[in-house]
Amino acid sequence: MNTSDVRLDTDVLVVGGGPAGCWAAWNAAANGASVVLIEKGYVGTSGATAAGNTTTIYTRRGTTERAATVAQRVRLGHGFTEPERVERVLDRTLHNLDLLAEWGYDFPTYEDGRPYRGMLRGPDYLRFMRQKLIKARVKVIDHCPVEELLVSEGMAAGAIARSRRTGEALYISAGAVVIATGGCAFMSGALGTNNLTGDGYLIAAEAGAVLSGMEFSAQYGISPAYSSVTKGVVYFWGTFSDEAGNVLTAPGDRQSVVASELIKGPVYAILDKASPRLQEGFRKGQPNIFVPFDRMGIDPFTQRFPITLRHEGTVRGTGGLKIDNRAGTTVPGLFAAGDAATRQAMFGASTGGGGPNSSWAMATGSWAGEDAVRFVRSLGKNWRSRSVRTAAERPPTRPSGASTDIEAVLDIVKQQMLPLDKGYFRNQKSLSDTEHLLSDLWHDESWRTGRASKVREAEALIATSRWATASALLRKESRGLQRRTDFPDANPVLSRTIDTGGTDLIWTSFHNRAQASAAS
Amino acid sequence: MIEIVSVDRCIKCDLCVDACPDNVFDAVPNAAPVIARQDDCQTCFLCELFCPTDALYVSPLSETIEGSTEQDLLARGIFGSFRREMGWQNAKPRGTAGDLSYRIFETGTITP
Repeated sequence: MNTSDVRLDTDVLVVGGGPAGCWAAWNAAANGASVVLIEKGYVGTSGATAAGNTTTIYTRRGTTERAATVAQRVRLGHGFTEPERVERVLDRTLHNLDLLAEWGYDFPTYEDGRPYRGMLRGPDYLRFMRQKLIKARVKVIDHCPVEELLVSEGMAAGAIARSRRTGEALYISAGAVVIATGGCAFMSGALGTNNLTGDGYLIAAEAGAVLSGMEFSAQYGISPAYSSVTKGVVYFWGTFSDEAGNVLTAPGDRQSVVASELIKGPVYAILDKASPRLQEGFRKGQPNIFVPFDRMGIDPFTQRFPITLRHEGTVRGTGGLKIDNRAGTTVPGLFAAGDAATRQAMFGASTGGGGPNSSWAMATGSWAGEDAVRFVRSLGKNWRSRSVRTAAERPPTRPSGASTDIEAVLDIVKQQMLPLDKGYFRNQKSLSDTEHLLSDLWHDESWRTGRASKVREAEALIATSRWATASALLRKESRGLQRRTDFPDANPVLSRTIDTGGTDLIWTSFHNRAQASAAS
Repeated sequence: MIEIVSVDRCIKCDLCVDACPDNVFDAVPNAAPVIARQDDCQTCFLCELFCPTDALYVSPLSETIEGSTEQDLLARGIFGSFRREMGWQNAKPRGTAGDLSYRIFETGTITP
């Protein structure tokens, strides 16, 4: 440690400042803890929620609306959805949305004046949460990626972070740590995902945490071909066509239809099924979708435009850190919330993009904050004097090297993970090839030069890609987001979750207890 | 991708330097911020919201440079168009009450 470096200590350290991290920090502070919230980017603009407008699910237990949502999750979960977990998540979501209204978030109303709490505008919501946290005396630190966890006798005990601006290190000792770093979209360019590189998975795995459901990471979002805007909701009212203008009518879900066609050639969309009333609803609700069209001079309701699919990985897939029925990981003192945690218990093998994910972030974030405080209290009064060490014993990077090496490494990872015929449609050969290539890359020390934060980001991307690939290899069937061209059907025997972990040596195994619910 | 910081419009508040999630800008003493790491821009348009004087332009092209000029964008009235549609004012959130997104679920095509 250099003398210029900064030391902090806090009851609860929250890593990541999207919705899950904000709710974790607020709940920890509301329960009397001192809290540091540290974010790689800026709390308010970083992550997938900030860049968009997100649906939430505002339903009361026992109503027909709630029953419809739970039934939909069970149907799409392909055997993994736990109905009572969905109910509990939605109960907490309702509570939190009511809190937001009580605090003065300016929710819209229906035309008849009834309040509408089913939508949160990303930058407004997160800016609102940021102000709320500052008032609650949470110490918010922006532009500081966390590089590794501190541990003490097998428990999470803090983290080391580094300022992107100054290069200064922060040693933060904490009684408990919440990982709320989001999912990983493999640098695909999907909206709001540049910072979502799997950093939280990596630091947690180094401390011994287990991940689960990483094969359910092959979620891709539709965007205009030239654009980052992967907001898929509008395409429910779209028509897809090939270069010659032939309408795509193949059976199956829209993503798969588009994916199959994109492997052959360009695909176009037009939002021709939206009524004038809905068009106005879209424009007044989703300026982030329509301002880019306006700037391009395209009217998407009357003109067709080229589209592509961008990998959304575990941001809208369901893999992540394995948690108990609240937010506890397999490491004591370490909690995971939002997209950083596996969402299989709520969405199973299907995407939770939109309302399900935003509700999950509110509930698991809140539980992580509450349980982190409980954990700190269980440590007694003297936890600050315990001895800690870093979870990863890594050789220091050589700061003199050029970062061009890292750009080349990122390109290799992207070439393995992003193409539709590797990432979307998978098979034994392509997965095995990817597994070996990424293993070699991980064990190659030569590119680990230049800015430490860039090296760490590349390591997280490689590690996340390896867990996703190894899990996809183990699951020899197709189920939801796992599409194996060599095993095109679901195998009822395999309706068990897959755990994975490790960094130098990746391991995978089927969870020994069947977790499947009756429906699939 | 972020393409323009209008030196004429910028009041050197440096709010964009902080608010950018990808640390694209560098503050410059007594001058407008510079686009220091354009390749890191994720085309999220959020810097435009945090700019109190509509001095920033993010092109909708996320992977290539558009090359628009400030003069052309002014003529087309594009500076600040995202902020105006959202309703933000002076780098402060406004406009969520006018969200008509509930219409997405009116027809029963999709369930929240």
